[in-house]
Amino acid sequence: MGKRVAVVGAGITKFVRRAQETPPELCWAAASQALESAGMSFDDIDCVIHGTAPDAFDGVHMKGEYLSAGSGAWRKPYTRTYVGGGTGVYAPIHAWKHLASGKFRTALVVCEEKMSSCQPHPQGAFITIFDHTTERALGPNLLWIFALEQQRYMAVHGITNEEIARVAVKNKHNAMGHPSAQLGAELTVDEVLESEIMAYPVHRLMVSPTSDGAAAVIMTNEDVAKSVTDQPVWVDGVGWALDTAFWTNRDLYYPRYVEKAAWMAYNMAGIKNPAEEISFAEPYDPFCYKELHHLEGLQLAPKGQAPKLLAEGYFDRDGKLPSCPSGGLLGVGNPIAAAGMMKICELFWQLRGEAGERQIKKDLRWGVAQAWGDLMQVGTVVVMGRDG
Amino acid sequence: MKEPKLGTALSSEDFKKKRVFTTSYKPKAEYAWDTGFAIGHYLEGLKEGKLLARSCKKCGRILIPPRAFCELCFRPTDDWIELEHTGTINTFSLCYITWDMRKLTDPVIPSVIEIDGATEGCGIMHMIGGVDPKAIQVGMKVEAVWKPADEREGSITDIKHWRPIL
Amino acid sequence: MRVPSNQNYTAWRGSIPVGSLYTVGLAGQMFLEALKEKGEILGSPCKKCDKVYVPTSIFCESCFAELKEHKPVKSEGKVVSFTLCHYDIDGNVLNPPRIAAAVRLDGATSVLIHDGLGEPSKWEIGARVKVKLATNREGSILDIEGFELI
Repeated sequence: MGKRVAVVGAGITKFVRRAQETPPELCWAAASQALESAGMSFDDIDCVIHGTAPDAFDGVHMKGEYLSAGSGAWRKPYTRTYVGGGTGVYAPIHAWKHLASGKFRTALVVCEEKMSSCQPHPQGAFITIFDHTTERALGPNLLWIFALEQQRYMAVHGITNEEIARVAVKNKHNAMGHPSAQLGAELTVDEVLESEIMAYPVHRLMVSPTSDGAAAVIMTNEDVAKSVTDQPVWVDGVGWALDTAFWTNRDLYYPRYVEKAAWMAYNMAGIKNPAEEISFAEPYDPFCYKELHHLEGLQLAPKGQAPKLLAEGYFDRDGKLPSCPSGGLLGVGNPIAAAGMMKICELFWQLRGEAGERQIKKDLRWGVAQAWGDLMQVGTVVVMGRDG
Repeated sequence: MKEPKLGTALSSEDFKKKRVFTTSYKPKAEYAWDTGFAIGHYLEGLKEGKLLARSCKKCGRILIPPRAFCELCFRPTDDWIELEHTGTINTFSLCYITWDMRKLTDPVIPSVIEIDGATEGCGIMHMIGGVDPKAIQVGMKVEAVWKPADEREGSITDIKHWRPIL
Repeated sequence: MRVPSNQNYTAWRGSIPVGSLYTVGLAGQMFLEALKEKGEILGSPCKKCDKVYVPTSIFCESCFAELKEHKPVKSEGKVVSFTLCHYDIDGNVLNPPRIAAAVRLDGATSVLIHDGLGEPSKWEIGARVKVKLATNREGSILDIEGFELI
C-alpha cells in the first residue's frame, strides 16, 4: 500500500495538572525534542500534522492555527486533525497517509492538550458531548457515560470491581518508570476501592487525571528512514472506525468500533492471530475498565476474559502480553490528544530498547497502540514493528 | 528516551497567590438549537404524555430517540410509532458528583432504559427514582413517572424519572 | 417525511457554560514582569533569521531554535497600519472612534497591536509613535496604555 512509513524520532513534555507553559510552548518543547532525537533539523520536515482535542480546553478557538507555529508548521503544509480522545493515535495515521501516498517524504506529528485552562473544571467542557435537547436537560456529566458503560460491561460478564481495580494498580506502578508521569504510585486494590465513589461503580482512583502536556514523533518514508536511523520503527498497520452517536441504541459491553479498526490495522500488517503475534499493547485507559474493554476489542483477550488474564499477570510488564507498559493514562496522565501520542512514543521506545526502567525484557516484534474517543464511538489503531 | 522537555507544574496555590500572571475570559455562548422535525415532534409527544418512535421499513427497526433518517439504511424513516411507558434497565450508575465536580450527598441515578415497543437494545438515557439506590439492578423492569399535564413543557424532563415496577 | 406541525418546539435554548483561565506562559511571564517592574518592552532576537520577536518568545517560529536572550527594544516606533472603530463589539456607537494601531517598535520585527491615543484625524501610516505606560501596572498588556503620536 504505497511507500512504507517509519517513526524515526520522538519527544515529550512532562504531563502535569497545571502547566505554566502556553499551549504553543508545550508543542515546541515536544516537537523540538523529537527533531533532536532524530538528529534532524526543522528544514528537513516537509509537512506538519497536529492533533488536539476540543478548542474548549485550551480556550482558543481555531486551536489548530494557534498551535501551528509551536508545532513547527511555519510556511509548511499543515493540517489539524481531531477525533476526540482518538486523536493521539489518529494523528500518526493522518501522517501515514501523507507519506505513504508519496506526496511528502517527512512529517512532524505533534499532539497537545492544555486542559487546565478550562473553568470551572475541564470536565465541564465534556457536557456538550451530550445531545443538547434530549440529554442535557437531565444534567449529565462525563462520568455518567463511563459509569454506565462500566456497569454494563460488569453486568454482561459478571465482572467485579476488584478485578477492574487491578488495572489502576498495574498502570500506576508501571508509570513509576516514566519520566513524564503525573500519577505514578504503588497502590493496592483495596486502596483503589477505598477511594471515594464518584459515579458508582467508578471510584476516584479508577479515573485518569486531567492534564497538560504535549508529545511528538517524526515520521518518514522508507527511503529517508534508513538514512536517519538504523532502527526505524515501521508503521505497518493503521485502522480507524466510528460507531453511531446514538449510544443508547447499542450495547456498550463491547467496543465493536475498536474491533473494526483493529482488524483494519492487523490485515494491513498481515497479522492473522493478534493474541499470538502482538508482543505488547498500549490500549487507551482513561478509566480502569476501559483497558480491559479495549483489550477485548483489540482481539487480545476473549470477550469478558480480560479481567481474569489480568489477575493472572498475563498483562503485566513481565507477563505474556504486556499492556500499558508506559503506565498509561492512569499513571502518566491524560492530556487528551497528547496521551494517545504518548502511547505511540512508547511503542517507538520499547521497540528500540530505549524505554529505560519500563523496558519489556522479552523480544518485541509488534506493538499495537489504540485510542478511543467521542461518545463511546471512535477506535483508532496503529500497529508498529521492527523488521523480523 | 531522554528526560521530558518542559511541562512546568504549577499548583492551585500558585494561582491563588498570583505567582504567575494570568488572563481570563468567559465567552457568552448562548444557543438556540434547531430540534429538527423528528425531535420537535418527540417533544410535542412528551408534552402530551406520549413516548414516540420512528420506524424504518427497510431494516425493520423501531427507533427511539426518533430520527428523520435511518442511519443504517441511509434513507428517510417511515412512520410514527407510540411506545409503551415501560422498559428495562440496560445499565445505570449512582453519581455523587456534579458537572463542575461538586459533591452530592444523595446520588443522582442516570440509566439507559430499553423502551418496550422499540427495537431490542434501543434505549434512551433517563433517571431512576423512587427506589432505594442499593436495590437497583441491571435487567429490572421500570415504568415512567410523568409530571402532571399542566407542568409538562415539551421536554425530556416531562418524565420525572423511571421507577421499578413492583 | 411528512412534516408534522410542531411550531412550538422548533428550538431548544441553552448555553455552553465554560470559561478560560490562561497562564501567560514562560515567555509571557518574562515580558510582563519587565513591563510591570521596569516599564521595558522586551524582545527575543533570533540571529539566524535576523528577527526580533515582540512580545518575547522562547522559540523562533522560522527556524525552531530556542531563544534564550531577551533584550529591551526601543519604546518608540512606526505605525504600520491603523483603523478607526466606530462600533464596539456589541454594536454600540463609539464617539470618538477607538483607534486600533499596529506598530513596529524600533528594533522589533513583529508588530504590536494596541490602542492608538490622541486625535484620530492626526493618525497616519508611517507616523512615529511612542509607548505610553499605565501609572498602575499589574503584569498585563494593559500596563501599556497605548501608542501616542510623537
